[in-house]
Amino acid sequence: MTAAREVRFYQVGSFAAGNRLLGPELQSEQAHPGRSNALTCGHRACQGCGEALGARYALDAAQRAAGGKVIAVNATGCLEVFSTPYPETSWQLPWLHSLFGNAPAVAAGVAAALRAKGRTDVRVVGQGGDGGTVDIGLGCLSGMFERNDDVLYVCYDNEAYMNTGVQRSGATPPTTRTATTQAVGEVPGAPFGQGKSLPLIAMAHEIPYVATATVAGLRDLEAKVHRAMGMRGARYLHVLVPCPLGWGTASHDTVRIARLAEQTGLFPVFEATGGVVTDVTPIRRRVPVEEYLRPQKRYAHLFRPELRTDVIARLQRTADRNIARFGLLAQEEASS
Amino acid sequence: MKEKPFAITLDVGSSLANRTGAWRTERPRYVDRMPPCNQACPAGENIQQWLFHAESGDYESAWRQLMRDNPLPAVMGRVCYHPCETACNRVQVDNAVGINSIERFLGDEAIRRGWTVEAPSETSGKRVLVIGSGPAGLSAAYHLRLLGHEVTIREAQDRPGGMMRYGIPRYRLPREVLDAEIDRIMALGVTLELGTKVEDVLTAQAEGGFDAVFLAVGAGIGKRAYIPAGDSARVLDAVSLLGSMEGEGPPLLGRRVAVYGGGNTAMDAARTARRLGATDAVVVYRRTRDRMPAHDIEVEEALEEGVRMKWLSTIKHADEGRLTIERMELDETGFPQPTGEFEELQADSVVLALGQDSDLSLLRDVPELAVDHGMVQVADGLMTGRQGIFAGGDMVPAERTVTVAVGHGKKAARHIDAYLRGATYDPGAKHAPATFDLLNPWYYSDAPASVRPRLELARRVSTFDEVVQGLDESTALFEARRCMSCGNCFECDNCYGVCPDNAIRKLGPGKGFDIDLDYCKGCGLCAAECPCGAIEMVPEEDSGA
Repeated sequence: MTAAREVRFYQVGSFAAGNRLLGPELQSEQAHPGRSNALTCGHRACQGCGEALGARYALDAAQRAAGGKVIAVNATGCLEVFSTPYPETSWQLPWLHSLFGNAPAVAAGVAAALRAKGRTDVRVVGQGGDGGTVDIGLGCLSGMFERNDDVLYVCYDNEAYMNTGVQRSGATPPTTRTATTQAVGEVPGAPFGQGKSLPLIAMAHEIPYVATATVAGLRDLEAKVHRAMGMRGARYLHVLVPCPLGWGTASHDTVRIARLAEQTGLFPVFEATGGVVTDVTPIRRRVPVEEYLRPQKRYAHLFRPELRTDVIARLQRTADRNIARFGLLAQEEASS
Repeated sequence: MKEKPFAITLDVGSSLANRTGAWRTERPRYVDRMPPCNQACPAGENIQQWLFHAESGDYESAWRQLMRDNPLPAVMGRVCYHPCETACNRVQVDNAVGINSIERFLGDEAIRRGWTVEAPSETSGKRVLVIGSGPAGLSAAYHLRLLGHEVTIREAQDRPGGMMRYGIPRYRLPREVLDAEIDRIMALGVTLELGTKVEDVLTAQAEGGFDAVFLAVGAGIGKRAYIPAGDSARVLDAVSLLGSMEGEGPPLLGRRVAVYGGGNTAMDAARTARRLGATDAVVVYRRTRDRMPAHDIEVEEALEEGVRMKWLSTIKHADEGRLTIERMELDETGFPQPTGEFEELQADSVVLALGQDSDLSLLRDVPELAVDHGMVQVADGLMTGRQGIFAGGDMVPAERTVTVAVGHGKKAARHIDAYLRGATYDPGAKHAPATFDLLNPWYYSDAPASVRPRLELARRVSTFDEVVQGLDESTALFEARRCMSCGNCFECDNCYGVCPDNAIRKLGPGKGFDIDLDYCKGCGLCAAECPCGAIEMVPEEDSGA
């Protein structure tokens, strides 16, 4: 049971960022007037960018947990490009960028340097998009995991290479239209049977902590960052961050779409220690996958020119399998 | 120039130099919208605002906010039919917020703690005569007194309260509650003349030197319908029955009582008959339950207490100990038509609850004043055809409830005040409604409504003890916190949290937020994720112009 779920019976205490009736210790970090704003104004992310939001949520929480002493190492990708057009920076913490694929290795190096200097107080966060993490940087990341380097690595997953023009990545779900998986053929979009789950790969390394979160669950995300920062060794957090540009959604729908991903079961939200799932965030209002797919232009081919009930049913089975596999329904709903 | 590292030509800058606000095509704007509860309240209470105070446990501020519109919260928390709860947006999430029960809690808390309001020390020098001390009259007197005028109430009965005392049974409204709230109004310096029936309004106004008059005589005469009756049949009317409970003592009704009518008064009469010892109380009504004017809750409570209902029936003849009933049928327009089928009903007495009329004899000599179907006609500001004479409550065409009457009293007071100052009262424009589709209900915790405890059934049919009990403090607080604050910011920080551009500034408790337009890209996330619909997106002015 996360702290986020213990606050009850206040208008919005359990779900919104803050609440005037709660003490500061029960508010989210994002509700604090003095939050660190690790990623500040003026960055060049698109309107309604989920990644910009997720990065600030995660890093502000990490800074709070580490008393502000955090060094961030960034992979190449949108997050790096929109935040640091030379010579400007949006980062309000020490921040390094090297290459697309080596961020976990650089982060491991920073952690090693800090250990050599005896600076146990300074903590390291590595971060990148899904391309830099699940594809290009996977070798470095796996190494960081198996060596159990003292790094929290956060992947902001928007399910394709958005920075270079929306190409398919290993995190792109089946049927998704991208620049490299066009909506043509018998099963249009990205094929079924491809792609991978990095949270499950991370768990297979039996590292101390693996968790998933979305930008729709602010308190849940912050609680997980806090828990991860309370541990040493390799930790992995996988955050779903909708991309209005790449997904073809309205800029004001970023949080809603992430919420739907969670509530359909397509994106299971859970945490694991030592390779074992220890807690899941139950689905609160279950919805069919169609409600998640329909507002996104990357799935428009499932609805026009004809409604592809067969393909949608297949995606629904994926969601149902997640729900069964992770136990995503709350007890009373599961039994009814 | 300072030496820079190899291959570096520019100083490190901050992205703050990049005014991304220029990208915007729409901008968010904080708005206040009219919550449905406020919109529905006949007394014009700012319910959402007093709940806001109650949520933080500041019951006194909540009560004071309530008292700005309604001087009888403890009464209203018992007898109001709460259209606010019917309108409440939370119905679409789980159940309506128990506004009425919180109002009662606040009203009772005020009585228990002795909270009072104060009238201004300086008076306007204007004098207003209020005729009738029911909810309309009391409400008008209270508001006029707060506006600085001298007020005299004349009441024909021996005790103040009108139908709240002589119509509403004690089991719904204990008299010590009524007395406490009336006393508090009188303590503002209102002159109350009891047992003083005004025979002629113009004479009373002239002799007393009153600058304005508010008529609130109510509707206290039970309508009689002609029922052919044998000499020994016992027929009385519900208003007299309920009124007699306050004075000379209840009449003898017998063990089997028929009540004729389908309104709230019929329910009160039948339930009163049960408490007076009737083993069989039957409501005879010519239409069906769904067409009854009585409120659902009244019908339900009557049924719980063993009152029987005889739908689609009219009384054709009354004799000693029995009635002849004709069965009715609804025609296609829903109007009841006789069928010619008759049956007998055992009844020792018949109580007529067929509606009430106003005693308008005091208006005989006011030619400008229009009366239609026994009701005084008033303009929007509740002024009658006669300058300076206003009217409200049950005597004017409107729904006849305590709450409507309290609302009339307030409205009349404001218009009278303007009239006395030679001005017109301008209530100002109302906010646009906060409809459910403007909310983001995801953010509201699941919290089903609290249920008010009720008196056990055995005691309900044998005593006049109050049936519906109040909420304790923690339950009232819980209930208040179920309010979704529709259309009005309650500082949940969600906009501040979900902005991907840090473009919302938090101004501190009670001060809300503002938008940093230098950086706001106009994505609309704040508006979409505002739980209560207090942010709207408006198009930017065409910057090319």
